[in-house]
Amino acid sequence: MPAPIRLRELIRTIRTARTQAEEREMIQKECAAIRSSFREEDNTYRCRNVAKLLYMHMLGYPAHFGQLECLKLIASQKFTDKRIGYLGAMLLLDERQDVHLLMTNCIKNDLNHSTQYVQGLALCTLGCMGSSEMCRDLAGEVEKLLKTSNSYLRKKAALCAVHVIRKVPELMEMFLPATKNLLNEKNHGVLHTSVVLLTEMCERSPDMLAHFRKNEKLVPQLVRILKNLIMSGYSPEHDVSGISDPFLQVRILRLLRILGRNDDDSSEAMNDILAQVATNTETSKNVGNAILYETVLTIMDIKSESGLRVLAINILGRFLLNNDKNIRYVALTSLLKTVQTDHNAVQRHRSTIVDCLKDLDVSIKRRAMELSFALVNGNNIRGMMKELLYFLDSCEPEFKADCASGIFLAAEKYAPSKRWHIDTIMRVLTTAGSYVRDDAVPNLIQLITNSVEMHAYTVQRLYKAILGDYSQQPLVQVAAWCIGEYGDLLVSGQCEEEEPIQVTEDEVLDILESVLISNMSTSVTRGYALTAIMKLSTRFTCTVNRIKKVVSIYGSSIDVELQQRAVEYNALFKKYDHMRSALLERMPVMEKVTTNGPTEIVQTNGETEPAPLETKPPPSGPQPTSQANDLLDLLGGNDITPVIPTAPTSKPASAGGELLDLLGDINLTGAPAATPAPASVPQISQPPFLLDGLSSQPLFNDITTGIPSITAYSKNGLKIEFTFERSNTNPSVTVITIQASNSTELDMTDFVFQAAVPKTFQLQLLSPSSSIVPAFNTGTITQVIKVLNPQKQQLRMRIKLTYNHKGSAMQDLAEVNNFPPQSWQ
Amino acid sequence: MIQFFLMVNKQGQTRLSKYYEHVEINKCTLLETEVIRSCLSRSNEQCSFIEFKDFKLIYRQYATLFIVVGVNDTENEMTIYEFIHNFVEVLDENESHLIMVNNSFYMLLNSIC
Repeated sequence: MPAPIRLRELIRTIRTARTQAEEREMIQKECAAIRSSFREEDNTYRCRNVAKLLYMHMLGYPAHFGQLECLKLIASQKFTDKRIGYLGAMLLLDERQDVHLLMTNCIKNDLNHSTQYVQGLALCTLGCMGSSEMCRDLAGEVEKLLKTSNSYLRKKAALCAVHVIRKVPELMEMFLPATKNLLNEKNHGVLHTSVVLLTEMCERSPDMLAHFRKNEKLVPQLVRILKNLIMSGYSPEHDVSGISDPFLQVRILRLLRILGRNDDDSSEAMNDILAQVATNTETSKNVGNAILYETVLTIMDIKSESGLRVLAINILGRFLLNNDKNIRYVALTSLLKTVQTDHNAVQRHRSTIVDCLKDLDVSIKRRAMELSFALVNGNNIRGMMKELLYFLDSCEPEFKADCASGIFLAAEKYAPSKRWHIDTIMRVLTTAGSYVRDDAVPNLIQLITNSVEMHAYTVQRLYKAILGDYSQQPLVQVAAWCIGEYGDLLVSGQCEEEEPIQVTEDEVLDILESVLISNMSTSVTRGYALTAIMKLSTRFTCTVNRIKKVVSIYGSSIDVELQQRAVEYNALFKKYDHMRSALLERMPVMEKVTTNGPTEIVQTNGETEPAPLETKPPPSGPQPTSQANDLLDLLGGNDITPVIPTAPTSKPASAGGELLDLLGDINLTGAPAATPAPASVPQISQPPFLLDGLSSQPLFNDITTGIPSITAYSKNGLKIEFTFERSNTNPSVTVITIQASNSTELDMTDFVFQAAVPKTFQLQLLSPSSSIVPAFNTGTITQVIKVLNPQKQQLRMRIKLTYNHKGSAMQDLAEVNNFPPQSWQ
Repeated sequence: MIQFFLMVNKQGQTRLSKYYEHVEINKCTLLETEVIRSCLSRSNEQCSFIEFKDFKLIYRQYATLFIVVGVNDTENEMTIYEFIHNFVEVLDENESHLIMVNNSFYMLLNSIC
């Protein structure tokens, strides 16, 4: 058989292959040749064959049949054989193959070999792919070599020890005595690897760390070495672009970081050297900057004094101005890490950071964006937002979603005015509308409902936005919802903030219908549009027939969701028309449930203490007179048929107290909540426990726990008594039944009872039995109030009574403080 | 910690590779093609550090050859950048043609890393 070709020839041949198939063919041919050569047990050419095999392995072809051959090579006496053998072992073998254990004995012998290069090979291989068993067996040898005077071996042994420790952490103590003298070496190779070994030990075991801090006086040693490096003159073998052994410097700095973390003494010992490195290092080349970067990282991590920290941040600031994009990137990354702790110092560099938003490089832009969001605060919100919006316009699509969410968060926290907030949201929706996250839509809607005075302005702007383009789903969803809610404001052309536009009801319905029909609308958007159209049936006057027609068409839609909604709405038109206006009333202000949990529950059914009820600012636009103020809506302001307290939805994740929205568009799980509607619609005649999320059974059946009743109010002949019940199913709920009686000679008509509780409570008022309190105590009005008191605070309530008596309208406010403790504890 | 060290040419062919963590052989080639794709698509003005899955890539171009080092989060990118250059300089000194070497590459890598 002819001599197998050399590796070089093979490489040359493979390079001439023009296609993948040609290459594969060549390799297969060569593999076959190698295999037959192995079978012949040819010692002379084994080395060459294995080398070729390794090359082919690197290109991605299977080479496992060479594993045993590697072992044979290792066992051979020739150095060249051993070299390839060990290399092959490192590349082809690992602890998953059973074959590797056969190597253990070879390695052991080679570790004691007379030639240092062979020992070095063995150490290398062990350090590369040694399994835990091998490491355990051979750790002793490694430790012995760690103590030799031969620096070539020492450095290799140190690296091998790192691997052993990683594989078998229990053996760490074994290497401890050997480390005592490691740092006394002059040889930089040994120093470097020793520092790596020490770093590994300190990272793995806090005991070791403590030991090194106290007993070994490691920090002063390291400081000394570092100082020598900086101060020493030019040394040709360690010089890199004018700096002496930067790699060692960086390693030492890293170890100092680990030692100084959370430890005052060590941190103090290294303050000087860090300052020295920071000021003396030359920054014209990348090398110097690398060292400075490491220094900055160390300063930020240990307990350094504030002067040093300011120095560090200034270095980062200087990096930002550098032309080299690598350095800018690195600076932005570290600033991001430090912005939490040293906020003010970083603020000084804000303008540079904002400039980086315009950089061409994607990684830099991303970092700059994250950093900008971290730097936004109440003072710079307007300027920053302008820059961020501009960035949103021009950035790559992969950023848009994150940028949009960031802008929303920042706007929510620091918005200087409601109008600005809404403008910002509108801008985001129109520029990046399709990238906005799904949960942004409900958040926005809730925000809009909260800014009562801006309704007209908002709906006008939203209308104008979707007139032009209704392809961006989140924008269309928000717009549809708002138009549905505030369509009457839109048509009546009342807007204080902007020029009001003239819109007719038909035009509004046109746009909503086109959303419904459009191919671009998703199923969810269509649902929003349909519900909006339905709500407009109570707000619009002339186009109710058109609405009826639209709704009935969709009763046979293919989309199950739309069909269901349309059928229910149809039912509303036909059988339950008397309830339609009540059902489709304007939504009250919603609970604000932030993503961090219910940190702030805006009082929906009443107001916060101490604002008296009548000074609640009424919305700037005119409200239809048949509907009361949004906030007081829930308090049964209407005297028509039983008002369903249309209660707000909240995120399903928050604990108890969720009350389902009947017109559930804003269901955050995405599944429509309209399903309970058909079931509950027929039950309307009963006292509405429908939407009772607090407990499923009627609470009247709960065992009364004998809580004494109180007289909450008694004046001018009107007496109001409270009786209490606690729910067994939910201990934070108290059910109060009020009874209003009238001892005067004339009836009190149009009696309305309203209540407000402090912020930490939630209140639900069910509808009263009637609105007339008959005279001479001949009858009473009963009304049920449910109070949710999750924090078990003392219950207090402010009540407002309005009624007509003796031909004049009466109104009174009172505070009820005499709740018995059992009612709220 | 360095996860891998690659030398790849502009056509996407791997010249040399060393993995410090076990990666299966078919995943290796896949990884290499993805890495070279992200490196090739960068222009000169962009910085040499890329965030790729859960590692960072630091690459340097020498004529038609890309040297890419993959590291995990804790590493100082600029040091690695400098290290790549150092490596190339040493290779250059020891061998006249950068491309022809295979065995020495590995030996060298073992002595430096």
